[in-house]
Amino acid sequence: MKTLSDVKPGETVTLVKYHDTGDVDLRRHLLGMGFVRGAQIRVKQVASLGDPIEMTIKGYDVCLRKEEAKNIEVE
Amino acid sequence: MTELIVGLAGNPNVGKTTVFNQLTGMRQHVGNWPGKTVERAEGHFSHGDYDYDVVDLPGNYALSAHSMEEIVSRDFIVDDDSDVIVNVVDAANLERNLYLTVQMMELGANLVMALNMNDFAKKKDHIIDIKLMSELLGFPVIEINAKTKDGFEELLTTVEKASKNPIDSSEKLSYGNEIKGHLASIQELIEQDSSLLDVPSIWTAIKLLEKDSIVIEKVQQSSKSSQIMVEVDKVASHFYDVYQEGAEEVIANARYSFIDGLMAEAVKRPAVEKETTTDKIDRIVTNRFLAIPIFIVIMYLLFQLTFTIATPFVDLIDAGFAALGEYLAEAVGNEMLGSFLQDGLIGGVGGVLVFLPQIILMFLFLSILEDSGYLARAAFTLDKIMHSLVGLHGKAFIPMILGFGCGVPAVMATRTMENESDRLLSMMLIPFMSCTARLPIYSIFIAAFFTANQGLILLSIYLLGIVVALIVAGILKRTMFKGLSAPFVMELPTYKVPSVKGVLLHTWEKTKGFLRKAGTIILGAAIVIWILSYLPMGVEYGSQECVLGMIGTAIAPIFAPLGFGTWQAGIAILTGLVAKEVVVSTFATLGGLEEDDEEGVTQLVHDTFTPLSAYSFMAFCLLYVPCFASLGAIKQESNSWKWPLTMVCITLVTAYIVSLLIYNVGLLAGFG
Ligand SMILES: Nc1nc2c(ncn2[C@@H]2O[C@H](COP(=O)(O)OP(=O)(O)O)[C@@H](O)[C@H]2O)c(=O)[nH]1
Ligand SMILES: [Mg+2]
Repeated sequence: MKTLSDVKPGETVTLVKYHDTGDVDLRRHLLGMGFVRGAQIRVKQVASLGDPIEMTIKGYDVCLRKEEAKNIEVE
Repeated sequence: MTELIVGLAGNPNVGKTTVFNQLTGMRQHVGNWPGKTVERAEGHFSHGDYDYDVVDLPGNYALSAHSMEEIVSRDFIVDDDSDVIVNVVDAANLERNLYLTVQMMELGANLVMALNMNDFAKKKDHIIDIKLMSELLGFPVIEINAKTKDGFEELLTTVEKASKNPIDSSEKLSYGNEIKGHLASIQELIEQDSSLLDVPSIWTAIKLLEKDSIVIEKVQQSSKSSQIMVEVDKVASHFYDVYQEGAEEVIANARYSFIDGLMAEAVKRPAVEKETTTDKIDRIVTNRFLAIPIFIVIMYLLFQLTFTIATPFVDLIDAGFAALGEYLAEAVGNEMLGSFLQDGLIGGVGGVLVFLPQIILMFLFLSILEDSGYLARAAFTLDKIMHSLVGLHGKAFIPMILGFGCGVPAVMATRTMENESDRLLSMMLIPFMSCTARLPIYSIFIAAFFTANQGLILLSIYLLGIVVALIVAGILKRTMFKGLSAPFVMELPTYKVPSVKGVLLHTWEKTKGFLRKAGTIILGAAIVIWILSYLPMGVEYGSQECVLGMIGTAIAPIFAPLGFGTWQAGIAILTGLVAKEVVVSTFATLGGLEEDDEEGVTQLVHDTFTPLSAYSFMAFCLLYVPCFASLGAIKQESNSWKWPLTMVCITLVTAYIVSLLIYNVGLLAGFG
């Protein structure tokens, strides 16, 4: 099982589901930003200090911290 | 003339404010939403037979009860008697922009879409069939260019037409038969209570499924509430059985499938997206190895440009006010009135107005950094440091750094942070960054005691400020600001050339706010300090015999444990509240010296302090209550007296504890 925090820069993945452990408010926010099941996510790069991660989803760029990305299952 | 109330709604960075500025120009007012720290910009203009009242709503991705900004926007759409909502949309980023549009449709808003950023869409080879899109959405879609005002005429006439025939935009929304059927079963119950029908029932049904706290509370007032909630639970668990997902996800998916359908029909996109200019710039600017050096260079430039360009103007204003004060004092002839004008009014207000050049420049550069899209990249690069050290957002870094220059623009710079608790916490930390006004204090004391290792002592003071800020942040984060941490989901907008008009208007707005404050709060404080220094009649201004001197004498014992329990130090600390550099001139006055007699002041300091108590006093000056100007800025930015007062308490306690530790540990270590 792979989460968004494990994805290497340059890879493209598909969102499978959210883990139940994640914050509900955050999930609601992410849903609004396009993080829905089936969405294509391409990881662009990791910040200089190893966190956060920059990615492209639905045609725009967004960044997430690893602790938030690890609740999102991808394939 | 017909009055038209229009709200501009949309995602962040789509050009709402640019449209707003183009329409209203200087006829705008920027304040806060009643009782909230969210900025509210409102403006007027007329077009044909219409008097427009336009409100620039906060940029949102959704309309949940998630943040103040989102609540403000949806309340405006629901409650205010707005005639039309203009949804400004980034054509190059349609999919995500439409997610908000769809939610406004759920609210049945009387919508007109202003499709902006078409130049970017063209560069990405996205071709949008506007007519078809308008048909599918059920409301007008107008192509505009916010920067050149192309399409504005058509937009305004469309808005005027829409105001005459309001539509219910929820009609064209379709979420598929399965979901529609279940929503209908909830809607049916909602529609039995007319008190719930101020918004379309589909909106209430959806918000209940999304567990929206505000809507749930409202429905609980209804006589039908138990039936409605039972039905909502039933539908939610049914959704879970069918889709293996929570109701919120099911609804979000439904919205996106509606959007996907619309995109498939009305938008042509290349199979593989082209690499954009933003991608190319980002390969350098957010590059793992280059990002930090680039940030340091930009911050260095920001700092240097702000403070070096400002310095001659600051000196000019300073000299101008000093001359004006002297001239007035002489011209008036009357000793008391003269002193009031020179020491009280001109001294107090002039002492604050000298910050004006710095403030103007800082806002100029900061607006450029923000509008160009760089600020978001800096936050991305620095988030790790800020987050692991103090639990703050990456954007908090910039106000902190500016704080080393001057606390006033630094407090104002916290505006770039969207999250309210992050903004407040960073404001609380800014005073610990040693601003340039405190430098004269250190110079005097270092000259008197620490000539051997000046640089080291000065550096230690600056570092002390940073370390204390980190500790205080850690404590505040675990107490006052507990659990308020915002997750870091930040859009990195495409790089853009900022619009000159936007940058200038923004700078002007901020400057105006600062001037207004200087004219009220700071003027008042300056007058109070003058009265206390002048009374009782006949004593020398600001001496031990005046009221301020008496207070200084009375509070002196409080500072004895810190090593500087003298009345002179007491008075200096009190007058330092106006502005920190006043501490030095107070010592001069008290010693009966000319204000710029540095040697005399150094001698005086040498006689009244020991090296250890001098260091303790410097630490106290570093950490205690920032000047009136920055307290005023905090009052203005936080829209409440609570935060400047909190800051006074936090800084006093912190300063006392730190100086107490320094002095007593120093004594034990034999530095007495
Ligand atoms: N190229 C281009 N830039 C635009 C257009 N509209 C706005 N901008 C720029 O986009 C940036 C963000 O605009 P702003 O009005 O602050 O967006 P807001 O966050 O929605 O208020 C500014 O730098 C504008 O100058 C447009 O149609 N084309
Ligand atoms: Mg704006």
